[in-house]
Amino acid sequence: MGSGSSVNVNYKYSLQKSENAFKAAVLIQRWYRRYVARLEMRRRCTWRIFQSIEYACEQDQIKLHNFFSYLMDNFTPSSSKERDFISRMFISGESFKEAELEKYCDYESLEVPDSYTGPHLSFPLLPDHATALLEAFKQKQQLHARYVLNLLHETRKHLKQLPNISHVSTCYSEEVTVCGDLHGQLDDLFLIFYKNGLPSPSKSYVFNGDFVDRGKQSLEILIILFTFLLIYPKEVHLNRGNHEDHMVNLRYGFTKEVMQKYKLHGKKILKMIQNVFCWLPLATLIDQKVLVIHGGVSNTTDLDMLEKIQRNKFISVLRAKKRKELNRNVEIKEINGESQAEPDSAGNETMSSLPSQPRPAQAPSMANRVEFSRWVRQTVQEQIEWCRKLVDISDSEEEELTCSSLVSLTDLDGPCWTRQEEWKQILDILWSDPMPQEGCRENTVRGGGCYFGPDVTGKILEKYNLQFLIRSHECKQDGYEFCHNRKVLTIFSASNYYEIGSNRGAYVKLGPDLVPHFVQYQANKTAHTLTMTQRISRVEESAFRALREKLFAHTSALISAFKVYDKDNTGRITLSNWATAVESVLRLGLPWRMLRPQLVRSTADGMLEYKSWLDDLAMEQRSQEHIQSSLLEVIYRNRSNLETIFRIIDRDHSGLISFEEFHQTWKLFSSHMNIELTDDGINDLVRSIDFNKDGNIDFNEFLEAFRLVKQSQ
Amino acid sequence: MAEEGSNEDGVVAEIEKKITEAFKVFDHEGNETVDVREIGSIVRSLGCFPTEAELHELLAKVEEEEPTGYVHLEKFLPVMTKVLLDRSYRPIPEDVLLHAFEFYPFYLKALDENKSGYITKEELVKHMTEEGEPFTEEEMEEMLSSALDPETNAVHYRNYISLMVVDETDDLPQ
Repeated sequence: MGSGSSVNVNYKYSLQKSENAFKAAVLIQRWYRRYVARLEMRRRCTWRIFQSIEYACEQDQIKLHNFFSYLMDNFTPSSSKERDFISRMFISGESFKEAELEKYCDYESLEVPDSYTGPHLSFPLLPDHATALLEAFKQKQQLHARYVLNLLHETRKHLKQLPNISHVSTCYSEEVTVCGDLHGQLDDLFLIFYKNGLPSPSKSYVFNGDFVDRGKQSLEILIILFTFLLIYPKEVHLNRGNHEDHMVNLRYGFTKEVMQKYKLHGKKILKMIQNVFCWLPLATLIDQKVLVIHGGVSNTTDLDMLEKIQRNKFISVLRAKKRKELNRNVEIKEINGESQAEPDSAGNETMSSLPSQPRPAQAPSMANRVEFSRWVRQTVQEQIEWCRKLVDISDSEEEELTCSSLVSLTDLDGPCWTRQEEWKQILDILWSDPMPQEGCRENTVRGGGCYFGPDVTGKILEKYNLQFLIRSHECKQDGYEFCHNRKVLTIFSASNYYEIGSNRGAYVKLGPDLVPHFVQYQANKTAHTLTMTQRISRVEESAFRALREKLFAHTSALISAFKVYDKDNTGRITLSNWATAVESVLRLGLPWRMLRPQLVRSTADGMLEYKSWLDDLAMEQRSQEHIQSSLLEVIYRNRSNLETIFRIIDRDHSGLISFEEFHQTWKLFSSHMNIELTDDGINDLVRSIDFNKDGNIDFNEFLEAFRLVKQSQ
Repeated sequence: MAEEGSNEDGVVAEIEKKITEAFKVFDHEGNETVDVREIGSIVRSLGCFPTEAELHELLAKVEEEEPTGYVHLEKFLPVMTKVLLDRSYRPIPEDVLLHAFEFYPFYLKALDENKSGYITKEELVKHMTEEGEPFTEEEMEEMLSSALDPETNAVHYRNYISLMVVDETDDLPQ
């Protein structure tokens, strides 16, 4: 440092210094911005991974459709046991007639013991009951089955008198709060009530569906929502979501949750809920200007039709699979689970009073497969008929309405819609997603509803003189998102949906000006204490675990795809070809080149030794070393479907199926999937489970054993 | 680390695929456009360390004549491919970064003449928000949230740098 003897030197020196300061600052800033950008890229990639895996899972629903179709069309059972087994799959989920329901799900005979320390409900409900329930659930207490059933009965009674489309007005309670998907995340509901206040005569709420599944406290959420619904019927409005569907619940955890919490009465509770779901309104209209539906709209959405149809006839999305070569009436009947005396294919009248189980006619020779198939179908159909009749002992008003099932009875002179058209209306409302491109096309990812473009939105808004749509159904990073030029608002209220730190939840408030105000939140203390880096890393870890499991599940297909690029069988491929091959197998639309450093650790000269890479993936499946790896692959790939099928078979929801049934399931599934599966293979599987229940298998245990991604809750 | 041997076309094709992938991560509407504000993230996540000024230069080349706020892939791709092939905006080695942090105290006659390894919060904020290509408030806050040691109210930059320098494989073609 100079002593500053001459002004010139000082000047030069300070110039130099500020230049250097500038350079140094720029260096640090450059580096830091680069670092943040990489984080941003990682965050978005992680998001894409979660979304693509989630939607790929929903595709499993389609696979299940196909599986059932396959059964109907191709499978020829070799024994009466097998036939019984299959027919059980089709009649499972039969809904009760109203009178039967009351009798079966009776609660009055249930005694509440003195030892019960949970909340007591009495009807009509009062605000105190609601606060007692909230407090009880905060303390992790459980509501007695009697009260649950009672609540469900009252809820059903109330919902039945509601129209398909609820109307809300902001002039009565100044503001309306709309909440999106909650998916069993009770902490989020608590947070919403804490921030926004409980429902009251001056605080209206609309809950836009998907209250259950995935999260572990779906039942508590239902109880709370139904309670408030009954206490404040004018202020609380519930829309049905695609997860308010008992078949979907089999796959996504709600059924399991109820059975675990209510071992004795769970089945009754589930039956009631199944019915209550069908009575949930389909949409809400705010000030006649804002339409709130769970999924979206399509180019055929008709609010007039939606208002008039009998919404409770739409029981489940999974059950309306068209079957070829069947009589139209039978098809319609199957769709709606109704029962009528129908001539069977042979043209004979079936008996109307309690029939005995029909003996199957002599099976035609196996040589003629078409004949045989037809015989199978007929026999299965007969079995279904018989079972249905057993259930349908008494007449109820339902039957009256359904005998002219093709005509909407409220409006005999009006339009006459087919059941299929009505069914599509509801399906579209519950399952559709908006897309940026114009037009309207089938939503093949979810297997139901459609993708609708801004033009479709525009037409609907114009036709019904609306300002905008509010919907949910899709997880959004910030809890909400506009699209279609701010004409469609997605609101999603389950924070940390994929993983702690993955996304915020949000709710929206509308005043008479209908200008939306948002409140965002994240219901996990840990998320707040983490730095951005830590949050992103954590979510990323979770995403990559799931992705690696998916890769493992497709080992065989991947090897085949890699070999295409490795004609000389060197065992190595370029990283570029790796990316192309992986996408061709998994079809997740992910940026594989960006993700590669996280998935492929070691390369030599830009080449990957794919066999050892796949072996490393397999090594992560530590617990099941003794199971043949190709079988493991199959299980992982189809776990979701297998679980659903198990639950369908397990009609009394005990969590147990017999070894025989377990065996059957595997055989059916493997023949459908064209997999070689010997009896030894199945036995190996069984041996891997600790089954100690007299020849019964606890399939929850079985599935748990193959679950790699641990639930962090 | 040759990706596809010495075939130049292969190298270019691979670079283009990478750029397209990175671009599409930010393409929300699925129509091969991104918000112009995301270009910085895309360029940087492809391994480049441009200054803000350099970024603006690049943007000028890829923006539409009439700025719409969007950038199209078809304009971005050739420009970015050249950037990667020319190896513009090269990464900053860790030791150069270290020097930059050490630089301040020396000239400011402030705390760290002995190169003790830390710089106070105030100093850091002052220089990051007033010098060079200043940080926004948000950027400053975020940096402090992970860099600042709350007990000493100072940034121990050696630790910070080594934590943050991600072990990336440089998979640009050699």
